[in-house]
Formats: sequence, C-alpha cells, structure tokens
Amino acid sequence: MASQGNQQQLPSGILWLRENLFPNWWNALLTVVVVWLLVELVWRLADWVILDAVWGAVDPEGLVPYDEQWRLLLSAAVVVGLVIVTMVRLARGSALAAVWAVGAVFIAVIMWDMVASIETNASPEACRAPEAGACWAVIGDKYRFILFGRYPFDEQWRPLLAMVIFIGLIVFSCLKLAWKPWLALVWAGGLVVCAGLMYGGFWGMRFVNTELWGGLPLTLILSVVSCVLAFPLAIALALGRRSDMPIVRAICVGFIELIRGVPLITVLFMASVMLPLFLPSGVTIDKVLRALVGITLFAAAYLAEVVRGGLQAMPRGQYEAADALGLTYWQKMATVILPQALRSVIPPLVNSFISTFKDTSLVVIISLTDLLLAAKVSTADPLWRPYFVEIYVFVAVIYFIFCFSMSRYSQWLERDLARGQRRDARQKVAVMARSGPEGGGA
Amino acid sequence: MSPEHEASAPEHEIAIQLLGVNKWFGAFHVLRDINLSIARKERVVVCGPSGSGKSTMIRCINRLEEHQQGRIIVDGIELTNDLKNIEAIRREVGMVFQSFNLFPHLTVLENLTLAPRWVRKMPRKQAEEIARHFLERVRIPEQADKYPGQLSGGQQQRVAIARALCMQPKIMLFDEPTSALDPEMVKEVLDTMVELAEEGMTMVCVTHEMGFARQVADMVVFMADGEIVEMAPPEVFFTNPKEQRTRTFLSQILH
Repeated sequence: MASQGNQQQLPSGILWLRENLFPNWWNALLTVVVVWLLVELVWRLADWVILDAVWGAVDPEGLVPYDEQWRLLLSAAVVVGLVIVTMVRLARGSALAAVWAVGAVFIAVIMWDMVASIETNASPEACRAPEAGACWAVIGDKYRFILFGRYPFDEQWRPLLAMVIFIGLIVFSCLKLAWKPWLALVWAGGLVVCAGLMYGGFWGMRFVNTELWGGLPLTLILSVVSCVLAFPLAIALALGRRSDMPIVRAICVGFIELIRGVPLITVLFMASVMLPLFLPSGVTIDKVLRALVGITLFAAAYLAEVVRGGLQAMPRGQYEAADALGLTYWQKMATVILPQALRSVIPPLVNSFISTFKDTSLVVIISLTDLLLAAKVSTADPLWRPYFVEIYVFVAVIYFIFCFSMSRYSQWLERDLARGQRRDARQKVAVMARSGPEGGGA
Repeated sequence: MSPEHEASAPEHEIAIQLLGVNKWFGAFHVLRDINLSIARKERVVVCGPSGSGKSTMIRCINRLEEHQQGRIIVDGIELTNDLKNIEAIRREVGMVFQSFNLFPHLTVLENLTLAPRWVRKMPRKQAEEIARHFLERVRIPEQADKYPGQLSGGQQQRVAIARALCMQPKIMLFDEPTSALDPEMVKEVLDTMVELAEEGMTMVCVTHEMGFARQVADMVVFMADGEIVEMAPPEVFFTNPKEQRTRTFLSQILH
C-alpha cells in the first residue's frame, strides 16, 4: 500500500517510464544500451540524409550553406513533432490527418527555395567531396525522368495532371460518402480524362503512344486499374468456385490454380510475347493493355482465394436466414453474405493490393518503363553513376508512401466498419466512465 | 394495412402437407415415412428427443433441407427442384432459428426491411412502416437503430420473429426458438409467440416448452428416430398418451 501511495504522487509520465523501461537493473541497462544505439543510428542517418547531404549546387562546396541549415533543422523538428503527436495519440483520425497535412505544407513552404535551386544548379561535382553525405542533387537532375520516363519532356505536365486526377479519384473513393453507385460513373469519367491527357492528339496536345508512357503514372495506371478490374473478377471467381454447377466450378478452379501456379513474369511474358503470335498478322494489341490484362488476371486469381476464405468463414446460419426470407442467390450474396465476408478479409485483401502494386515493377521484363525501370535507367548516366543509392532511396520512399497509406487506410476502415456493431465498445466506455473516479481514489 | 394473417384464399384449407417423406443423411435414415397435414390457422408443436429428426422435418418445409422421397405441398405449391416453387414457398413461410441468425452488419430496422424491399419490391418508406409496426408488436420499438450485437438474446430472438413477420408470411416455422436463450429471457419470447398464435397464425414449432404446447397447440406431434410416433391434441397428449415411447419421453421432461 505504501509503495502504491508513493507512486501516485509521481507524474504519470515518470510512472510509465519506471514501469516500462526501468523496472529492474538489467532492464534499465538494456534500455540505456538500446537508446544509445538508436541515437547513434539516427544521428548517422541524419548526417548522411540531411546535414552532410548535397542538395544541389546551393553553394560552391555543395553542402547546405550555414545560413540555410535552419530550414533543414526546422523541418526535422516538425517531423519529430508530428511523430510524437501521432504516437501519444494527441490527435486521431481525420484530425491527425489534418495535422500531418498542415505539417507537410509547412515543410514544403520552408524547403521550397532550397529545393527549387536544386533543379537549376544540379551538378555532380559537389558530391565528390570526401565529407559529402547523400547526393540528393542526383534526384534534382533525374526526377523528371524517374517520375515520367520517356514521356516527351515538354508535355510532362499531362502525366502529372493525369496522376493528380488519378490519386484524387483514389482518395475520393476511400471516403465512405463516395460509396454510391455513381462512383462507377465518376471513375469512368476520371479514367477517360486521364487517358485523354496521356494519349493526347487533340486540342493541340501532341499524340503520345503508350510506348513512351512511363514512370509513376504508368505504375499507378497498371496497379490501380488492374486492382479495380481484378476485384469484381475475383468475387465472381470465388463465387464460381463455391458454385453447385460443376462446369462453372471447374472453370473457376482451373483458372485460379493455373494462374496461381505460374509466376507473374510468365503471365506477363505470355501476354506480351506469346499472345501476338496467335493474333492474325496486322492486329496488334497495345503493350500497356497487354500488361494490364496480365496483371489483372494474376491479381484476380489471388484475390479470389482471399474472397473465398471470407465466404467460407461465414456461419451457415447467415445463408439459411437469407434463404428462409426468400432472397434469391444474387440478392443473398449482395446484401447478406458479401458485405460481411469482404469485411472480414480486409487485411488480406489490402495485403494483396499492396503486393500487386509492387509486383507491377515486373513489367520491366516486357520493357515497359515503370517507376523502378525509369530509376534504374537513370542510374546508368556516367556523370551520376556512384549515386544510384540515392535514386533507389527516392523510389523506395515513393513506394513506401503509397503502400503505407494503403495499410493505414485498411486499418482505419476495419475499425470504422466495426464501429457501433460491437456490444463491448460502448459498454467498455460506460464501465470506464463509472469506475474512473473510484479507480483514481482507491 | 393489416399484417395479420387473413385466410384470403379458402381454396386450399390445408397449409402444409407432407406425404410419405423420407430423407437420408448419407446412410443415416433421418426421416421415415413422414405423413403430416396441417390446416390453416392450426398451431402444431413438434417435440421429441434430440436427433429424432424434428428440426430436419420443419427445415424440409422451406427447403433448407432437401427431402429425397415423398411429396411436400406448402400453401398449394409442391416443393420440387424448381427454384421458382422454392422461392414462392419461402416468400410465404417465415422461419425463426435457434441461434437467431440476424444479420450482424445491418441495424435492426435494416434487418427487418431487407427482405420486404428486395423480395417484395416494397418502397423503403412502406417497408420501414411495417418494420416499426412489428417492432412495436414484439415490444422493442426503441431498438430500431441498434445493431443485433447490442441486444440481449431475448431481444434478438424477438427481432428475428419480427423480421420473419415483416414478410407477412402465411405460415411461421419455429426451430427451437428458446433453446439458446438464458432462462430469464425465455418468457419474453414465448409471450410473443403466444400472441402470434392467438392472432391465428399457422405455426409449426419445434420446442421443448411443454407449457407453451399446452397453452396454444392444436396438435402435438411426438417424433422419435425419424418417425412420427404419436400425434394428438395437447389435452390427450399430456394426460393420456398411447405409446410407450411418448410416456417415457414425457416422464423425462415433465417431472
């Protein structure tokens, strides 16, 4: 009792530290060692990434000039602040997103002058200095190629705009208020606009063949369009696999097992090399379209198995209750079974989406210049050859942003969809509210 | 709007007819030569030891289980493999399950309006009016916007009864509706069923609640080993059963 009373006088932060980090001597030692390692690691990383980095020829030495370093330090401080706000859960949900957005805009503003100077003055000379850290100047020199590939330089505002529209569509589709039948129309319209921008050939926009498409827009088009198309196909395959009709079932099982039995590279190769052999001469199918079909079929086979898992986990009583009410098969599936089954497999579904997003980089083997191949090509420049690490880090960060966003969104979605349905959720709050003051006083 | 059952079609006075129905689960003969005829507005309670095939029998009536021999005629429609007949019968037959089987992702009101809107093609407003009417009848109008998981077992089962009633069925099947409930919640569900019986609904009810059988049943059917052993009005069934197996069963559950 005495120690309890003693603990209560300490601030909760110190209490937490003592309980979790310093409960006994060897845990305390471990804490100290780990913290020291972390600090060391972060310091070295910061050294390479920020302090010694060459951001372009901002000054003759190539290093960030002394009176400009405050920009970097302030940005780093803002990032640390944002991480802390996130970790201690000062803000949650949309408020947290808003805080991050404000932080990002703030950083963009204070960094703008410095980054803007990179593009114009980029030169590899400064990076050769012995004390130089990361050579971000290479990104300044190459980012147009990495992001847009071989798309004509003067026209690159078109893929940029298409990409913005595309990402806008995705973000919009993530909002619950957009989950209405008209969303399909919004997508159809958005995709037509994107395709128009990418192809051109009207209103003074030069026609650009898909051969020249590349970089991030290509990666986004391949992954998002194939996921959007694969999802309904996967549901159909999963239902077909559980169908009573033997032929339908056989076709679905055959398709799924065939596609899952071969690597994506094989599917892409078949789509791009073998398929044209079977077409009459003179008929060609666009290469991007062929890749799109290949990835769609591949993703559909995997998603179908995920969906089937969800269907199998449904209790039999749900099917029976829907049957007993007189719902037809399709009504039962659409209103009772699929909404629950799909919700239960959100984590593996998103897992599949993420891996599809990254798998699109395999289109290199049919020589489509996606984000990764564009990066690889830009490392071949003899002037910048030693700095391929920086280029790959840049690309990795782009991939990470997309994949991490998907992951966070799925976690939010899971929680949001479960909200209100759990009996325990409200009761817990009620119990805590009741026992709160008593617990504090005891 | 009169949701109560009205015998608007006097041309078939028999609501449910089972003629020589046989069913096997693999090699296990679960229903043996079942002959049963239930008139309109009749309330039938089916009882018997577990594994006697009573649940299977009533699940055959709306084709949750398929019978292999014999004929089943419900509301003048013969149950065949024709999907049209099956769906027509299911529209007229409501069912309440032992484990409620409410749809957990929908609110109570959505559970109630789902089938009327999709199957009966009813406009949303009308479906909701009917749903609220039946929630009133099962005495939980205030729970309309909650999810099933937030209700007690007894409340959930009353919602399940209301859900079946919203389709305004001619026949109601109850498959051990109180077996999964905590003892203190059995009464509220039975009360609802008694009211329904008093309004003249055709009911087939598998249950061990003998008090309920005494109170409302026109006929008690006793099943054992997949056959109907004895069939009698409750006053005869409980006081003067003919068969030895019936007597053994009654002595086991009525002491």
